[in-house]
Amino acid sequence: MTGNRRVRGLIRKEFLQILRDPSAIAIAFLMPVFLLLLFGYGLSLDAENIPLAVVVEQPSAATTRFTSQLNESRYLASRNFPSMNEAEYALRTHEVDGIVHLRADFGADLTGRRDTGIQVIVNGVDANTARMVLGYLNGAWKLWLKQELLGTQAMEVPGVEVQPRIWYNSEVSSRNFLVPGLIAVIMTLIGALLTALVMAREWERGTMEALMVTPVTMTEVLLGKLIPYFALGMGGMVLSVAMALWLFDVPLVGSPVVLFAAAALFLLVALGMGLAISITARNQFVAGLTAIIVTFLPAFILSGFIFDIESMPGPVRLITHLVAARYFIAIIQTVFLAGNIWPVILPNAAALLLMAVVFLGIVHVRSRKRLD
Amino acid sequence: MLRQVLALALKEFLAILKDRRSRAVVILPPIVQTLVFGYAATFDLNNVSYAVYDADRSGLSRELVAQFHGSPVFRESVILESERDIAPAVDHRQAVLVLRIDDGFEHDILAGRSGRVQLIIDGRNSNTALIVLNYAQEITSNFAALHQPGTGPPARLIARAWFNPNLESRWFIVPGIIGLLTLLVTIMVTALSVAREREQGTFDQLLVTPLRPMDILLGKSLPGLVIGFAEATLMVLIVTLWFEVPLRGSLLTFYAGLGSFLLSAIGIGLMISSLSVTMQQGLLGAFLFMVPAILLSGFATPVANMPEWLQTLTLLNPLRYFMVVLRGVFVEGASFRILWPQFWPMLLIGSVTLTAATRLFRYRLY
Repeated sequence: MTGNRRVRGLIRKEFLQILRDPSAIAIAFLMPVFLLLLFGYGLSLDAENIPLAVVVEQPSAATTRFTSQLNESRYLASRNFPSMNEAEYALRTHEVDGIVHLRADFGADLTGRRDTGIQVIVNGVDANTARMVLGYLNGAWKLWLKQELLGTQAMEVPGVEVQPRIWYNSEVSSRNFLVPGLIAVIMTLIGALLTALVMAREWERGTMEALMVTPVTMTEVLLGKLIPYFALGMGGMVLSVAMALWLFDVPLVGSPVVLFAAAALFLLVALGMGLAISITARNQFVAGLTAIIVTFLPAFILSGFIFDIESMPGPVRLITHLVAARYFIAIIQTVFLAGNIWPVILPNAAALLLMAVVFLGIVHVRSRKRLD
Repeated sequence: MLRQVLALALKEFLAILKDRRSRAVVILPPIVQTLVFGYAATFDLNNVSYAVYDADRSGLSRELVAQFHGSPVFRESVILESERDIAPAVDHRQAVLVLRIDDGFEHDILAGRSGRVQLIIDGRNSNTALIVLNYAQEITSNFAALHQPGTGPPARLIARAWFNPNLESRWFIVPGIIGLLTLLVTIMVTALSVAREREQGTFDQLLVTPLRPMDILLGKSLPGLVIGFAEATLMVLIVTLWFEVPLRGSLLTFYAGLGSFLLSAIGIGLMISSLSVTMQQGLLGAFLFMVPAILLSGFATPVANMPEWLQTLTLLNPLRYFMVVLRGVFVEGASFRILWPQFWPMLLIGSVTLTAATRLFRYRLY
C-alpha cells in the first residue's frame, strides 16, 4: 500500500466523520453566511440620523435660518426642546446625543457683529461618535455662515480653502473597509474551529492509539487532517467573497487570483494554528478554550480590522505582529479597495508564509508516534 | 441538599482548576488581555504618517507644514519632490495623508484670496480617514485664523463634551473590555461543562444521583458566578488604577449590573452546553453566540448605527445592556434609577435561559 493511497483513505475517513457530525460543515459554510450577513449589515461606524436637541430661547428669522440648515443635514435629526433643563435630561438618558443652544441674544448679536457663541454640548462618552457629531455641526455651521455672509462684504470667507480627496473609498463608507476585514476575522475563527479539536479528540477518545498501530506515518495522519479541512475552509472563503461582492457591493479592484492565493496562505496559517493547539493540548476542553482565547478577540482588536495599529503603543504594536489576521487584513483591504499593490502584498504574504511554516513545523515536531 | 449542591460545585471547581493548563487558560488570559486590549483598542489617532508635497515653497506654506509637524497626531514620513510621488506614497501605505500645497498659495493669501490646499487621504480605513480629515481641517483652520486680521466670524460654535471633556475614546472602550472578557470567561467555564460530561459519559452518573436537575444546574453555575465576579473585580482594579478611567458611579450599581449580567451569561452558557452532545458542538455553540454578542453589543460600533431590524435583534443580547451599565457607572456616574431599564432585560434573559437549561437537562439524555 503506497503512502498516497493511505492518505486518501484517511481523507475519506475524515470526510465521512465530517458528514456524520455536521457541525464541521456548519462551521465552514453556515458560519460565514450567518456572520457576514449579521455583521455586514450590523457593523457600521457611519452615524446617520443622530438625535440632536435644539433649544431656541427666542425664535427669530436668524434662528430659523440656522435650524433649517441643521435640518438639511442627513446625518442629524434635530428636535426642538422648550428648555435647557429638558434637553439636558434627554442627553443624560441617551435620548439625544447632543444639544445646540441658541441664546436669546442670537439674532441681535449677529446684526451687531459682536462675537456670540452658539453653545454646543455633546455626550462625550462615545468619543468617536461625539467627534462626528461635532464635525457635522461644524459643516452645517459653515454652510450657514456662507449664506449669512453672501450679501455682505464685511468679511472674507476663511483664508485657506481645503479640498479633501479620499482615495480608494470616495464615499467613505465604513462597510467597504469593514466587510473585507470581517472576512479575515471570520476565516480566522473557521480555520481554528475546524481543527482545534480534531487531534485532541483522537487522543481523548483513544483512537490515536488505534491509528498508531497502523502503518500510516504521522505526516500522513496530518495530511489526512489538513486536506479535507483546507477544502472546507476554501469553500467558506469563496462564499464569503461572493457575498462581499454581490450582496454588499464592495468593489474588487485587484485580481481575484491574488485574493484567493493570499486566502489559501492565510487558511494554512489558521489551520496550522488550530492543529498546533490541538496537538499541544491533547484535551478537548483546554484546546477549545485556547482556540477561543487566541483567535477571536485578537483577530478583532489587534489586527487593524477596526482599531488603527499605527496608533497603538510600541509594545502592543509588537504583539500585533503575532496575529496572523493582521497580515491578511492588510492584503485583503488593499486588494479589494486599492488593487494589486505588490509592495503591500508581498511583505505581508511573506509573513503569512513564515507563520504557516512555523505552525506546521510545530505540528510536525510535536506529533511523533508516541504515547506519553 | 445544599451540601450536595456545594459538593457538586466543588467538583466543578476542581475540574477547572486542578488541571494546570485549564487553570492557566481560565485565569491568565483575561488579565493579560485587559492590559493589551486596553492599550490597543482606541479610536484616537497618533503617529499618523503623512507626506508633504509643497510646490509653493514659500514662507507661508512652510509655516502651514510646521503646524502639521508640531501636532502630536501626525508624524512626517516623507517629503515628496514631485507630483508623481504622491500616488505611490499613498498606495504603499507610507503616508495616510498627503498635504499638497499648490504653487501660488502665499500669493493668493497675501492678495486677500483663499489659499488652496489639497488633502489626499487613504480611505482603506474609512474611520481613520474621517478622523484624519477632521484633525487636518482643524490645523488648517487654526492656521487660517492666525492669518486673518480683524474679527472672526459671527456666532462661533462653542462646543463642550459632557462626561469626557477631552473626548478620549479609551474611556469608552476600556470599561467595555470588562464586559467582553467577563462574557468570554463565563461562557468558557459553562458552555463546555455539560457537553464534556455527556461526551465522557459521566453525565448519566450525575443523573442517577439524588440531585434534582435544579441542583445540578446550581452546582454547574456556581463556578461561573464565582470566577466571573472575581475576574471582573480584578479588571475593575486594572481599569481604574492602571488606565485611570474615572469610576464616577457607585460600585453597588456596578455589582448589581454584573450580577444580572452573569446570571444571563451563565444561563446562555448552560443552555448551549446542554443542547450539545459533543464538545465540538459546545465549542461551536459558544462561538456562534459569543461572536455576534460581542460584535453587536455596541462595544466598538454603536448600536444606533445598525439597521432597524438588527437593533431589535440586539434586544436579546445581554452584553448590549451591560455595556450601557458599564459606561454609565464608570464615565457618566449614572444612578441605579437611570440604569434600571438595562437591568430587568438581563434578569429576564437569565431566568428564561436557566429554566430552559434545567428542562433540557431532564429531557435530553443524548
